[in-house]
Order: sequence, then structure tokens, then C-alpha cells
Amino acid sequence: MSEYIRFLWRCFRISFAGDWRYHLWMTGLTVIALIGLNAYCTQFVQGMITTGMTDQVSWGLYIANFTFLVGVAAAAVMLVIPVYIYRNRDLHDLVIFGELLAVAAIIACLLFVTVDLGRPDRVHHLLLRFNFPTSMLTWDVIVLNVYLLLNLHICGYLVYCAYRRQRPTRRFYIPFVFIAIVWAVSIHTVTAFLYVGLGSRPLWNQAIVAPRFIASAFASGPAIIILTLQIIGRFTRYHVSHQALMTLRQIVIVSLTIDMFLLGSEIFTEFYTDSAHVASTRYLYFGLHGHGALVPWIWTAIAFNSIALLLFYLPVSRTIRFLDLACILTIVGIWIEKGMGLIVPAFVPSPLGEIVEYTPTVNEILVCVGIWAFAAMLYTIFVRITIPVLSGELTSDRGASSALRGMSIDHHTDSFVQG
Amino acid sequence: MRLPVLQNGRCDCSPPPAPPASPAPPVPARRGMTRRGFLRQGAAAVGGAAAVGAALSPLGKLAGMDHDVFANYFQKHYKEMTHEEMEQALERIRRDVERRFDVPATVRDIKPMDGVEFVYALNLSRCNGNRRCVHACVKENNQSRSPEMQYIRVLEMPMGTLDLEQGDHYYDRETVPDDQHFYLPVQCHQCANPPCVKVCPVEATWKEPDGIVVIDYDWCIGCRYCEAACPYWARRFNFAEPQIPAEELNASDMGYLSNRPRSRGVMEKCTFCLHRTRQGKLPACLEACPTGARKFGNVLDPDSEVSQILKTKRVFVLKEEAGTLPRFFYYFDERYPRQLEVPTPGPTADSTGRTGGGA
Repeated sequence: MSEYIRFLWRCFRISFAGDWRYHLWMTGLTVIALIGLNAYCTQFVQGMITTGMTDQVSWGLYIANFTFLVGVAAAAVMLVIPVYIYRNRDLHDLVIFGELLAVAAIIACLLFVTVDLGRPDRVHHLLLRFNFPTSMLTWDVIVLNVYLLLNLHICGYLVYCAYRRQRPTRRFYIPFVFIAIVWAVSIHTVTAFLYVGLGSRPLWNQAIVAPRFIASAFASGPAIIILTLQIIGRFTRYHVSHQALMTLRQIVIVSLTIDMFLLGSEIFTEFYTDSAHVASTRYLYFGLHGHGALVPWIWTAIAFNSIALLLFYLPVSRTIRFLDLACILTIVGIWIEKGMGLIVPAFVPSPLGEIVEYTPTVNEILVCVGIWAFAAMLYTIFVRITIPVLSGELTSDRGASSALRGMSIDHHTDSFVQG
Repeated sequence: MRLPVLQNGRCDCSPPPAPPASPAPPVPARRGMTRRGFLRQGAAAVGGAAAVGAALSPLGKLAGMDHDVFANYFQKHYKEMTHEEMEQALERIRRDVERRFDVPATVRDIKPMDGVEFVYALNLSRCNGNRRCVHACVKENNQSRSPEMQYIRVLEMPMGTLDLEQGDHYYDRETVPDDQHFYLPVQCHQCANPPCVKVCPVEATWKEPDGIVVIDYDWCIGCRYCEAACPYWARRFNFAEPQIPAEELNASDMGYLSNRPRSRGVMEKCTFCLHRTRQGKLPACLEACPTGARKFGNVLDPDSEVSQILKTKRVFVLKEEAGTLPRFFYYFDERYPRQLEVPTPGPTADSTGRTGGGA
């Protein structure tokens, strides 16, 4: 126990150590996160009046970012599945970075939900009267928190074993890896059901929303991981093979193709039928009665995703520059579409046919940027700690056996692959 | 900083090699600290604390704590409170009203009557869109004047359609009614199958035995999921601390589940004026209506006016396809059409579009 506390203490210390670029990056993130905290304190004191939300459009940027980040968290399985099920050797050194990304993303999700509450001081009411299984929000509370614990356990256990230079015991983590695979799908499905179950919102009340959530998440998530791994490869000497990136590229291609197909199905159903059901969709794509705040956004998203898909299909996307471009286009496109494109138009027109448009306020945007900065900071710290531990530089100084010196991350998967 | 190599070779994907690294600072030494290091870390710690303090500074404007804060924080859910606990909660509300508005208040927790299920019926042939109901409701139920909140929304509809998108929410006329339009007031329909109740994660809203859907304002966490779920746009959120001039406060007759003052960050809605109707009175919107379009009563009593209307008129509900089973019925009754009446002056479009949100 005391050894574990010492481990945490050393992790804490090492997260402050680095060269000037590391310090600059972390200081910048800290400043942005604190600005976000300041904006949130203003909201906490004055109420949600500091946001652009209204009784007509009662969810906005917070829930939009939440939705997007659930997808990022779920996408970690796109590294786990190839490694643990298909025994892909290119990715198995890297799988832990996907799991750590999931941890950071889930924490950001929980923060986004919390800042969206009118009375965050009453969250403990969830523990006292939990409307389970009727309310989908209670399902979401469960799946998100359990997913966070699963990934914390898997990462924490493997890193701590490496710190102690012990071979991880398979039964202590392999079952959790497989549970986490199923769980990743569940977090995004449940989040989709949160919206799908509302009969008063035609834009959401469609069976296709959950499958499309998953398809878009499995495109944007691995795209983020492709970029992240390159940054890790660039700023640490951790090896990230080209082949690993190409495997992820394949995943993005398939997911993005499915996502675009489902988008087409959605658009056809709405516009060909052309019933009263189409109002929100029409508002989103073409504007309604002269109101069209979201039109430029959604067409940007569609253009980005189409160009990205085209790039992915072309052989040029095997080169890093075009791969990165396609990934960035995918991420931005899906962020717009999952955020402004999915959450906001469901409220326009209102159930009584009124059109009130939503524009986020500066304060609201600062809170969002602050949470993103905080999540980036967390992820940086995770990576900062993990790499020296796994490479054997930061190890327990007690009971170290020289025979195991230099043991690295691939042992946990090796033992599984060989076994 | 450069981190140790795990496997040979650097990332073969990033084109330019990273500039040669400065020697990696060692993992922080465990013991022993130079004076300079101590000063630097101390300065960093102080600077960090100051930055966090500055970030948290808006919290200084929080309203002063009073001695009821703890009791309010640990107050139980409505359905779990004993009689004594409810009495104490009502006493705290009284104290709060006196503190905030400097007026004595009568606050009660009025239970539903046995054998009563309330139903509302609205005669669209009579309604002339004068919006008296809207303002009577605001006054009776202590809705916030700033930001402005109203439970009832009256739509001016073109003849020949019930497509709500064609309705005008902000009609502003010298006199009402307009011959080319009919008027459709909408408020909470107190559904028998309420989607808002289903989605609430903390059971802060529920259906009472007399059919009224209520909210425990002290239990709501303000997630606004119910607001997204309601097909009738009947729920309202307190985007800021509600402001009501003390002289306009209805403090003489307050119900725990209805018109007692709310705080910022919670939902509220029409409760069919349960503090009145559970005592045999009529809802404020009905009493204020000069046209006689509004009818209210106990549907379990076969002789009540609403029972007769449901039996004899061709009533309908809004959005029947939503499956919500509203207790709010509309009908047209052309025996006494409003066209025969003299027009009434309309207190008109002083309702703003946005009932929340800033800038």
C-alpha cells in the first residue's frame, strides 16, 4: 500500500518534469483551463442566463461536446479490438494510449454534463433517487462511469505492474478488456438512445441515429488517435510504426463510408417523404422561414467529410501529410455534425412551431474550451507518466530484479498473443 | 524532453527528426533540495494558488449563507418527507419569503382529493386571444418577471389548419379577435402518459393521483431533459434567479408543489393551480377568461361540466399521435360563436420570445 502511494507520488512529481516545450504546453493548457473555470464560476453564480440557451433551445454547446466526446471515448476499442481479438502486432504497443485517451475523454464528458446542470450542487440526488431503468439519463450515468472505471483499472494495473517490473496476471485484466469492448459500444448506444427516445423531437426520433453515432465515432475517434500517436512519436522516442497508422486508416475508411451511407439514407427518408417530420432537417440543411444559422455549418461538415472520404480512398492518403489532412477534416466535420448538426436543430422549430435560433455566448464557449484544455492536460500527464514507466526508466526501487529490467509494454499483449 | 527509447528506431512516420534533445532533466530527486529549487517551486506553488484563486473569484458574489442552508441541502425528496419534516420545510420557505420579499407568507402542502381527476376543456370557438389567462397565471403562480416567464402560450392560427408552425406566437393587435384567425392557447396538458416524467433522472417530477404532473423544486437538478421531452413545450427553466416585485408577490396562498417561489436552475410548469383547485376553487387562467372558453372540473364526476363536454362535444387533443394522453381537451362549439361579440381590447404581445438565455 505504501509502495502504491509512493508510486502515485512519483507519478505526480514526474508530471511536472520536462523540457521547455513541455512546460510551455502545460502552462498554456493550465491558463486556458483556469479561464474556463472562471467562466464556469460566473455561470454558477448568475445561472444559465450566461449561456445562449433558451426555453426553446434548451441544450447547446455543452451537450454537443459531450456527445462528440462520448464517441472519442468509445473509439478506443478500435485499437483494442485489433490487438486483443485479431492479434494485430502493429498496434499492440500502442493500445494503452487509446485506453488513456478514453479515460481523458470520459472525464471531459462528465464535466460537460456537470456544467450543463442548473443545480450541480444537487448531483447527490442521483444517488438518493435514481430513476433506473426508466430514464435513459440514469443509464448513461452508469455506462459512462463504469467505462471510466474499466479503463482506469486496465491502464492503472498494466502501468503499475510495469513500475514494479512484474508480469501482469492475465485474469486481472484480460476479462476487463473484453468487457470494455462491449461497454464502449454501449456508451455510445445509450447516449444515442438519450435522444432517440424523445417522441417530441422528430430529428432524433429515428432508429438510424444510434448506428450512425457509432459509425461516426469509429471514424472520428481513430482519426484523433492517428494524430495523437504521431505527436507521441514526434515528441518522445516511443516507436509508432507506419503500419500502425495504416491499420487505423483502414478503420477510419470503413467507418466513414458507413457513416456517409447512413447520412444519405437519413436525407433521402426525410426529404423524399417531405412530411411535417422534415421541419428540423430542413432547418438544418436549407433554413426554415428565413432562419438558417446552421446551414453554413452543416454544409461545411458535409464538404469536409466528403473530401476526407475521397482522400482516404486515394492512395495519397498513405502518405502522412494527406493522411493527417484527411483525419483533421474527418474530426472537424464530425464534430460539427454531432454538435451543432445533431443537438441544436432538434429544438428548431420548437414543439409549438416557434423558431428561435441558438448562438452560444462567449462565456459558454470559454467553459467548453476550458474543459477541452483540461482534458488535453490530463492526457498529456497520462502519457508523460506512462512512457518512462513502460520503458523501465521509472520503476520501483524496491525488490527490482535485474532479470526483468527493461520489460516493456508489449509483454501484456505478448503473453496473451502467445498464450 | 526526450524520453527513453522503448524499441529501436524513432517514429518513422514523422518526416523531420526532432531537434537533438537537451539532456533530459532527471526524474525529480526524492530528497534534498537546493535553495534555488525550493524558491522556484515555492514561487510556482504560490503563483498557481493565486491563479486558481483568481479563477474562482466570481464565487465571492454568491448570496450570503443563512442558517437554513444546511437544512435545505439535506432536505428529502417530497415523497420521503415525514409530516414533521414537511412542516419544517414549509417553515423554511416562509422564512425565505420573508427574507427575500419582506412579506408574510402562507405556504401549505395540499394533498390531492380522493375520487378526483382533473380535466381541462377549452372552447376554441369562444377564445378570442386576449391573453388575460397568460397574465393571470403569471400573477397567481409567481412566475419570474425578469427574466420573463409564462406558462401559457397563445397561438394565433390561420383558419383551416392546426399546423402549429403556421401559428403566430407574437401577434400584437389593437383589438382581438381577428376574423381571419382562431386562437389556440397551449399550457401543460398534464398527460396521463407524460414523457417528461419518464425521462427525469432523479424522480423530481411525477404524476399525482388527481392527474396533475408536479415538480419538487428542491429536488430538481436542472438537467432540462424533461424540457427536451415535452411535446407541448410546457416546461420552463429558471435561467437566472427569478425576480418578482414584492408588491406583486402572491404570498397569501402558496403551495409546496405549485406557486411557492422557485430558485434559479430548476424547472417549473403549470400545475392547474393545484393550491386553488384542490380546495375547490378554479384555476386562475379560467377565472380571468372573459369569454367563457375555459372549462375545468372533475372527470370522475359524471355530472361535472367537463364530463358533459367530453360526452357531448367533438373534443380533440393536440398531437394525439405522440401517445401522451393529455388531460387538456379542445373543442369547437359554434352555438355561441365569438363572431357575435363586440371585440375586446387585447393586452397584447408583451411576451418576449426568449424566456431565458442571455446576450
